[in-house]
Formats: sequence, structure tokens, C-alpha cells
Amino acid sequence: MSITIRIPAPLRSLTGNSQTVEGSGASVRDCIDDLEGRFAGLKARICDDSSELRRFINIYVNGEDIRFLSGLQTPVKDGDELSIVPAVAGG
Amino acid sequence: MSYAKALHCRECGREYPLQPSHVCEFCFGPLEVTYDYDAQRKAVSRRSIESGPLSLWRYRDLLPCDADRAVDLNAGFTPLLRARNLGEALGLSQLYIKNDCTNPTWSFKDRVVAVASTKALEFGFDTLACASTGNLANSVAAHASRAGIKAYVFVPSNLESGKLVGSAVYGATLVAVDGAYDDVNRLCSELADKYPWAFVNINVRPYYAEGSKTLAYEVAEQLGWRAPDHCIVPMASGSLLTKIGKGLDEMAKLWLLDSVQTKISGAQALGCSPIVTAWQAGTLNIRPVKPNTIAKSLAIGNPADGYYALKVIGDSGGSAVASDDDEIVDGIKLLAESEGIFAETAGGVVIAGLKRLVESGRVDRDELVVAFITGAGLKTQEAVVDKINKALHIAPTVASFEEAIAQRGGAIAGNQGTR
Repeated sequence: MSITIRIPAPLRSLTGNSQTVEGSGASVRDCIDDLEGRFAGLKARICDDSSELRRFINIYVNGEDIRFLSGLQTPVKDGDELSIVPAVAGG
Repeated sequence: MSYAKALHCRECGREYPLQPSHVCEFCFGPLEVTYDYDAQRKAVSRRSIESGPLSLWRYRDLLPCDADRAVDLNAGFTPLLRARNLGEALGLSQLYIKNDCTNPTWSFKDRVVAVASTKALEFGFDTLACASTGNLANSVAAHASRAGIKAYVFVPSNLESGKLVGSAVYGATLVAVDGAYDDVNRLCSELADKYPWAFVNINVRPYYAEGSKTLAYEVAEQLGWRAPDHCIVPMASGSLLTKIGKGLDEMAKLWLLDSVQTKISGAQALGCSPIVTAWQAGTLNIRPVKPNTIAKSLAIGNPADGYYALKVIGDSGGSAVASDDDEIVDGIKLLAESEGIFAETAGGVVIAGLKRLVESGRVDRDELVVAFITGAGLKTQEAVVDKINKALHIAPTVASFEEAIAQRGGAIAGNQGTR
């Protein structure tokens, strides 16, 4: 078991065109660091210089925006689904 | 022809060709259409616009699509009405209502969808889609029919029945999603990555959003080629407000207006007011909320353009204001009773917000104010059905009529004099 991470189209050039990848870690931040270890350059695309999420990226754990949870500290466990979604849509 | 030049990332400035994409591949900032303003300035004049059709296509040279192949339901060029009665009630000497209830599907969304659907055909799509709080779904469904293509429209399942019927009637695939609009929107972002659809407010969003500029163009033209002093605009994602700002700025840039010093204020419902909350806190960081308001058309808890809306409000000297559900209903009734315009809940938000802004001195009583009424009230009857006078139910006799009037406690009105 592991965490399923949905990759948005603009980042798929870094994941060998995979729409989902498996990740591991105890928190969202861990998962991002884990992704960076395997797909170099990915973290810089979704986080700014101070390792915080960029303004125009949203992350969801099992469909819930992590800003309603504990942000990047939000805990994750095996079987969870984590979605990385560009924020500018809709309206 | 269109004078659109490129897509430009509002954050990092990277440029992209005119293609169906909405975010910068590097920083995820929003992409916006830029134009060849020098060429536009040579081609566009007050006169060239005035000789155009009585629809938004009179501004064809300022839009990012080829109007010769427009998907055209005759959207736009809606009435701008001087509102003396409402102005008097609110204490404003020069109040105007921009009444976008009169669009083909009875909301301003016909403006954005006219542009988005035209652009979608240019890009070769045969299917439109959208995430919607209702009005957009109605418009996408209608324009797809007009264009002879398919549509999938996604809405929260708790919408008013008028908005559900107003989509399904066109034959679109109406998908009611268990969840709030923000859940619908996240789902649609994922679907947009998977299916070759023109999602009007996702992959075609840069073009779509430009349609809202026509509201600003029209207001300025209808005022006799002058900018208003103050605009009051409803905010959901915040996109409309930013495009009214952009539209006015462009008119100055193209020498269609002598000067633009318009304050732009935004109104939200208290039960979904993340932009107003950030404004009041003096921050550009918007915290999303879980909406709880009768103003379902504005119930976006995670507003995509909230950040830019805050900047437009701040730079223009405007303000942001939120009103509760009772005030919203009162706003709907006040507009209907004073001016004969039946607006949906978003219109109630605007009137209630304007009232608050006047009372708190943030709108000056002598300013030329334009209130943007963006959708029609028959779509959201649930909001007012229990708050208005019931019909007098009588037998077909004069006596029964007079008895019923007396029971309600009033004299029978009416007098014919010479005028």
C-alpha cells in the first residue's frame, strides 16, 4: 500500500507522462519531498523558495483542500489519494 | 479578425501561443490574452463600434476570437437604466442599473460563453463543458445547441430547480455532483486533463473571461463614452470584477475614453465572503471557506481570481462588502419594487452591498454609480417565494374583490388625472 498522487498535465513531463504516481510519507510535505527524490525538479514547480505551496497550486487529500486540514503538515496514510490541481479554474 | 497576440502568464510573464490552456506550465499562474494594441488603436474608434451590431459583437475587434464565425445568440448590449427611484431610496443622485437579466439565457454568462464557444470551434472542439453554479451551465448548454455541438455541464446537486431545468432543456448532459461548487470545480479540473473537451472555464478560460470585458465597454458607451465614477460588482471567483477593470483600462489605452478613474467595489454574500474577509484583514492571501448562503450563484468558497480582484479593488480606490441572506432578499425586493427589475440572488447581493457602502460613506452620494445586475430572478424564485405578498384569492365578483382588499387592510388605489 502507498499513497496515490494525481499529477496535473503541466507536471507530467516530469513523471514520464504518468497521470498518477505512488508516493510515501507521513504528511503531504513528506510526499512532496519523496516525489522530488524520484522526479527531480517537481518540488520547485509546486513550492516557492521557502518551501511553501505556490499561490496558484491547490492540494487535496481524499478530495479535501489541505487548507481546511493542516496545510502541508496534513497527515496522510496508506490508501489515501492526494491530488495536485492548478488553482486557477472555474468561476 | 482578432487582434489577440499571445497568452501571457500574469505571474512570471512567460508567453505562450494562443492555445487551449489556462495556467502557466512553469509557475501555474493564470494565463491572460494580450493584444496588439497598436493595431487595435488604428482599427477601432467610437464610430466603428457604433456602426456594429446591437450585441457584444460590436466589440469584436477587442475580443480574442473570430467574430465572423461567432456562435451568436445575440448576447450583450443589454439596457443601462437610470434608476431614479432606487437612487432616491439609497440616497444616490446618479444611479444606473446595468441589467444583464435580458441576455439570451438571462445572465451575464452569455457574454463569456459567446466568446468561449466561438473560440472552442476555432480550436476544433466538438464538445463544450463547464463547472458551474448554474448560470454558466444554462449558457453553455444553450450555446452548444446553437453551435450544433455537444455539452457536458457539471453543477452542485443542491441548485435551484430553475437552473437545473434551464440546462437540461437544451439537451445537454447535466451532471449534478454531490458536493459544493468547489468540489465540482476540482473534479472538472481533473476531467479537463482527461477528455478532449473545451471546458469553458478551465482550458478555454483565458478567452472565456475576456467576454466579461464587454460589460465595461457597454456601460461606458451607453453613458455617452464616459467611465462611471463607481462600479458595484458581484463576486464569486472575482473574475468578472477584474475584467470590468481591464475593459475600462483598455478603453483608455485605445483612446475610446478620455480618462478612467473608476472605483470598483465588490459584493459578496456573508455566507461565502472569502474575498471580503481578506479585504477587511488587509491581506492578499485568501482563505477558502465552505459556502452557506442563498446566493448560490456566488457560492465559490475558493475564488480563483480573488487575489486579482483584491488588487483591482485596492488600486481603483474601491471597497469590498458582504451582506447576510435577509439583506439579500431585501435587496431583491427593493430593486423589484423600486425599478421593476427582478434579479436573482446575486442582484440582491449587489443592492444590499451598495446600500451598506452608501451608509458607511464608501460610495459618495453624488458619484455616478453603476450597479451590475447579472442574472434574472425567475431562476432563483426559491429565495423570495415565502417573502412576498401572496395572491388575493377571490371569487369572480366585485364584492369578493373588495372584501379581499379590505381584509388586507388597504384602500383601493387608483386615480386618473391629466398628465
